Amino acid sequence: MNYNWNWGILLEMEPGGTGSYLQYLLIGLLWTLATALAAWVIALSIGALVGTIRTTPLKWAVRLGNLYVEIFRNVPLIVQMFLWFFVVPELLPQALGDWIKQMPPPWGSYVPAVLCLGIFTSVRVAEQVRAGINSLPRGQRMAGIATGLTEAQAYRYVILPQCFRIILPPLTSEFMNIIKNSSVALTIGLLELTGRARSMQEFSFRVFEAFTAATVIYLLTNLIVVLAMRALEEKVRVPGLISAGGAPQAGH
Amino acid sequence: MSGFDFDVIQRSWVYLFREGMTFTLTLTALAMAGGIVFGTLLAMMRLSSMKPVAMLAGVYVNLMRSIPLVLVIFWFFFLVPYIGAWLIGASEPIKVGAFWSAAITFTLFEAAYYCEIMRAGIQSIPRGQVWSGYALGLDYWQTMARIVLPQAFRNMLPVLLTQTIILFQDTSLVYVISATDFLGAAAKVANRDYRLVEMYSFVAVVYFIVSYGLSTFVRRLQERIAIVR
Repeated sequence: MNYNWNWGILLEMEPGGTGSYLQYLLIGLLWTLATALAAWVIALSIGALVGTIRTTPLKWAVRLGNLYVEIFRNVPLIVQMFLWFFVVPELLPQALGDWIKQMPPPWGSYVPAVLCLGIFTSVRVAEQVRAGINSLPRGQRMAGIATGLTEAQAYRYVILPQCFRIILPPLTSEFMNIIKNSSVALTIGLLELTGRARSMQEFSFRVFEAFTAATVIYLLTNLIVVLAMRALEEKVRVPGLISAGGAPQAGH
Repeated sequence: MSGFDFDVIQRSWVYLFREGMTFTLTLTALAMAGGIVFGTLLAMMRLSSMKPVAMLAGVYVNLMRSIPLVLVIFWFFFLVPYIGAWLIGASEPIKVGAFWSAAITFTLFEAAYYCEIMRAGIQSIPRGQVWSGYALGLDYWQTMARIVLPQAFRNMLPVLLTQTIILFQDTSLVYVISATDFLGAAAKVANRDYRLVEMYSFVAVVYFIVSYGLSTFVRRLQERIAIVR
């Protein structure tokens, strides 16, 4: 393959004048992480709530939870991005919609991206939480009720704490997914890591240097997340349980 | 908002389905077929007793699974012309259309995910099955093709299909290389007529109906083919 590599490009100034291309990409990484972390907070809170609701005996609440999951699971992420960015501001009351549209960059893309990714991922978290709760022996809930706890207290003090310790490994992979999926936000103009690699390629015509650098940064980020989570998993593992790899799952 | 304009959908749906949906479905079918074949080979490599072979496949799968699909699409969009030139010995990068670039990208990317599913499928087969294959005088490839893989496929069919539904949704990301898939076609109409709300809502509804229909089918299938142990 005749391609002339020029790694020096990473230390050259990017056209915006904010620093070298390498710095430009690393700021992209910060935006990726800022998007992923904020969305993760939304995903965990809604996911825990919806997942829990779907295990309760309330029929209508279970149906509502199922509806929520089906809607956000069956529409592609990029289409959801466009809905949050282009469609939602138009459907809101005029004043609020205009205020959203006039948010200065990058917030105008950041806020819809976080909402979109948060809700998209909350569905997957909800599935994990439901599976985790259902995997606990029935006796746990019964024992909770028998000791005088209310249904809500049994969830709060007995079921959920165990559930989260069990589902930590799949949650880790969901967190890595949210980091990867945040790259879709480039389609609504958020300059995160992949978006910046793409614009670096456009500015400098150094295609493979830009993408190689972005790939290496993603790999290192993944490595750090995996190591940190493995340490956490080791700490919160429920003693006596076989740390299950879990059933094979489809996903990205 | 100046009222929901259904007319723009009525005017463009033939184009959307004939151009866009055809692109999306052809791409999904090609990537599924290629991905499952290559993914199964990767799974067999990962489970191989030859360490270097297993490691090579492992590195490939983990690399693909650690970087975002959007970045992979960009990578191959620029890389495929160079590889093509190298294969046929041309001195300049050759021209590859968005479709073939996307087909290669999705096949290679999805193979990593299908590989992990097939690996779990192969590992779920009791070892005795393999030994009895060898005892009957079959070699490795015969044992795999006639005994292990058919059972692994059957066990993993629902997961493979679920992965394919995800693949169907993910093909919409070819938007980033300006391909005219279903979303791309809708985006073109939306920007031409300035009807973003209508077009993107319509796209979401169509994707929802197709994906929901398929996942209901998979759920039924799962109940029917579940092996009672």
